[in-house]
Amino acid sequence: MGNRKFKIYRGDNTKGELVDYNCDVTEGMVVLDVMHRIQADDANDLACRWNCKAGKCGSCSVEINGRPKLACMTRMNEYGDDETITITPLKAFPIIKDTVTDVSWNYKQNLKIKPFSPAQNKNNTEKGLVMQQVDVERTQHFRKCIECYLCQNVCHVIRDQEAKEKFVGPRFMIRLASLEMHPMDDADRIPAIKEDHGSGMCNITRCCTEVCPEDIQITDDGIIPLKERVVDRYYDPFMILFRKIFKK
Amino acid sequence: MLDISEIRQIEFDVLVIGAGGAGLCSAIAAAKESEKVGLICKSLLGKAHTVMAEGGMAAALGNVDNRDHWKIHFRDTMRGGKMLNVWRMAELHARHAADRVRELEQWGAVFDRTKEGLINQRNFGGHRYPRLAHVGDRTGLEMIRTLQDYGIHKGIDIHMECTALDILKDESGKIAGVVCMYRDTGEFIIFKTKSLILATGGGGKAWEITSNSWEYTGDGYAMAYEAGAELMDLEFNQFHPTGMVWPPSVRGILVTEGVRGEGGILKNSEGKRFMFDYIPEKFKNETADTEEEAARWLAGDKDARRPPELLTRDVVARAINAEVKAGRGSKHGGAYLDIATRRSAEDIKKKLPSMYHQFKVLAELDITKEPMEVGPTCHYFMGGIRVEADTTMSTVEGLFACGECAAGMHGANRLGGNSLSDLLVFGNLAGTGASNYAKQLGAVPKFNKEDAKKIIRNATSILNREEGENPYLLHEDLQKNMQNNVGIIRTDTELQKGIQNIENLKEKNKNVKANGSSQFNPGWHEALAMRNLLITAEAVARAAHMREESRGAHTRDDFTTESEEWYQYNIITKKGEDGNMQVIKEKRKEPNAELFRIANAKLEDLEAEVAAERKP
Ligand SMILES: Cc1cc2nc3c(=O)[nH]c(=O)nc-3n(C[C@H](O)[C@H](O)[C@H](O)COP(=O)(O)OP(=O)(O)OC[C@H]3O[C@@H](n4cnc5c(N)ncnc54)[C@H](O)[C@@H]3O)c2cc1C
Ligand code: SF4
Ligand code: SF4
Ligand code: FES
Repeated sequence: MGNRKFKIYRGDNTKGELVDYNCDVTEGMVVLDVMHRIQADDANDLACRWNCKAGKCGSCSVEINGRPKLACMTRMNEYGDDETITITPLKAFPIIKDTVTDVSWNYKQNLKIKPFSPAQNKNNTEKGLVMQQVDVERTQHFRKCIECYLCQNVCHVIRDQEAKEKFVGPRFMIRLASLEMHPMDDADRIPAIKEDHGSGMCNITRCCTEVCPEDIQITDDGIIPLKERVVDRYYDPFMILFRKIFKK
Repeated sequence: MLDISEIRQIEFDVLVIGAGGAGLCSAIAAAKESEKVGLICKSLLGKAHTVMAEGGMAAALGNVDNRDHWKIHFRDTMRGGKMLNVWRMAELHARHAADRVRELEQWGAVFDRTKEGLINQRNFGGHRYPRLAHVGDRTGLEMIRTLQDYGIHKGIDIHMECTALDILKDESGKIAGVVCMYRDTGEFIIFKTKSLILATGGGGKAWEITSNSWEYTGDGYAMAYEAGAELMDLEFNQFHPTGMVWPPSVRGILVTEGVRGEGGILKNSEGKRFMFDYIPEKFKNETADTEEEAARWLAGDKDARRPPELLTRDVVARAINAEVKAGRGSKHGGAYLDIATRRSAEDIKKKLPSMYHQFKVLAELDITKEPMEVGPTCHYFMGGIRVEADTTMSTVEGLFACGECAAGMHGANRLGGNSLSDLLVFGNLAGTGASNYAKQLGAVPKFNKEDAKKIIRNATSILNREEGENPYLLHEDLQKNMQNNVGIIRTDTELQKGIQNIENLKEKNKNVKANGSSQFNPGWHEALAMRNLLITAEAVARAAHMREESRGAHTRDDFTTESEEWYQYNIITKKGEDGNMQVIKEKRKEPNAELFRIANAKLEDLEAEVAAERKP
């Protein structure tokens, strides 16, 4: 594959520029390998995050030629042989240095969410919770999330500084969905989903779903059902009460 | 002049270093008993190694096969560890794992289910029954996310991307704190604490081919060592038999044992299913000797014995190694792991989704159609900081350790799935142990200021030096050395060479230089980790050189069998008065008679015994 050209953002939130690098690319290399090679040979202090190198931890999120991606799962042969590859940090979060951004805002959103509250009923037994596979599949689907925040990065609500204060973003909407659809969860989060977590802010553009490396159906399976529940609640409170009481 | 009073300080009752499964569990347990609990980690929260675990966590829940019992789990663990495990630790683990797994479910973990709606369990190497609670092949993610989402509401003060550099003690030798550095700014901070729990994981990054991430630089071992604690069993490094071998850039990345648990088989270049040729004498009675029997077992026949692909990891890794050496390796120097002809494409995608994805993207290979190529990869440290089983306290007062960085639980070889359950059990014990210790201590001990200064000065001198060695290249040299001289198969000459090379690298490392500023500077972080890697590597190499036998994961080409004599000893490494590493052959304690009996009982007898116990 030969020697290839790269442009990498170097700098912080206040100033920075795209710097040119060259790197020898061999079979099977991913963009993260290139960043590591450049780090070892030419730019020891090039900041990047990574851990698993296999798409499991969600650390290595960057923008590659303007597209939000996991650097460890983006193969060099996805690009043309003479294409210059540009690596820049996520846009929605403040840059710490080079390709590394300050994602602490996300951790604050998670804190606002009422955690799992196991129901104390006949299905909470000495041998553990009794739940059928079909009934946990939805929740499991959302729990595949590796917290790469690529979805947060592309959500226009979060890119808007003011709106961001009112919406937890797609990642945490599916966290909420995973709790709400857990067959043994007892908490009521619907008012909070409307008021504090800002379900109304999402206008279903589906940009988040498009970039999710775990193929989580964020909008269709997560956000839309939550929005429906919110609407349900405020239309028909009796129905809701009924559902909660008879939840298995 | 450096003035310590200008460095920010925070005070804790219990401070945990590391936010993997072990660290999170211990912080949660400590927060139940102590007021001020802190937790720091090198990466972001939720990204520790634990997130990568795939196959599952072992616990005798008995949901799939109700013959299971803690005693049988204990026996499997001891046999897997070649009887070198600390008896009491293996007992505590086997006894408590099931409760801890069920507790995790109450905290929000959503495991795969059995037909009855209980936590499902899968087969794994060395485990007599289907025993691993799992979520597809992303069990570690489920575990860490559950602990994270639960733990953040327990009033724990969490500092992310903060690297611990070294431990501080008071005049009398008690733990007093730790000097750390925020990675984003390079700012130093001193955490003062009554007790300190190390949950920093392993040191696999000392090898070239490894399943481990940048975090695994043996920081916990080195910090404990420098603080005067004893390390134990470091010669036992687990090489997982199935790492990816192709393409080169992904070499070492793990292929879960779950593939074999779900029926995957190993073949050589001649298409032969070679594991039947490598069944050790001790396991002959419990392993299928024909493909026909192995097939019956997979189909669920409870009388059939398990296939040889599910022998313990040390055995399978050596077998693959031997096949490659004999010229029967796969195209890129490994073995073929075939699940495609064993399971439907649909099953594979359902049971092993992340393996499917991993190979599809990284190797452009469809595992539902073609066999994978796999070979051994450095994976796990059985050895580590020596601790007291029930409290997890090390030999330094106030210093605790749990998870992969602690020694003893797994002996000479760890069974798959026993790590995640180890994190739950010993994380919990460490949190309680450290809290109890902190409570009986009055105030936070006063740390030695000169020590703190020295730690900070050493760290900054790496940046301030005019010129010096490139830390990345030093690291690469060390990795090559460990791969070639302290690898899977070891010999006296190579080990000696390995030790000599480490000595040379230690000299060079005194002059390591990082370019750039202190803000998020991976070059500096790498340079800081080099000291830890070198201490870890030296302890491994020296212990491996001393142990003149082959046992579990430690294989000597010049001493090919287990020795009765060595069975009675652990190897301890610690820092001597003169500053050099001491390597000590220390006699093990006599085992508890009852535990000894269980571990050595015949399987059928033990099965009958627990069946009788269960009858009302
Ligand atoms: C790919 C893979 C698959 C695996 N699959 C399984 C499996 O299926 N079943 C099983 O039982 N085991 C499995 N294991 C093993 C198991 O995952 C690990 O042994 C276990 O997760 C280790 O947990 P831990 O809590 O001890 O440490 P880790 O999860 O590694 O956490 C270590 C923590 O310490 C922090 N740290 C380290 N040094 C410092 C420092 N100097 N300062 C501050 N913080 C520091 C890190 O940031 C991190 O937070 C697997 C391992 C790998 C690599
Ligand atoms: S669908 Fe909603 S959450 Fe997703 S990107 Fe669009 S606005 Fe944001
Ligand atoms: S939902 Fe998908 S894109 Fe969003 S953080 Fe999780 S894994 Fe990443
Ligand atoms: S390094 Fe873990 S997802 Fe890329």
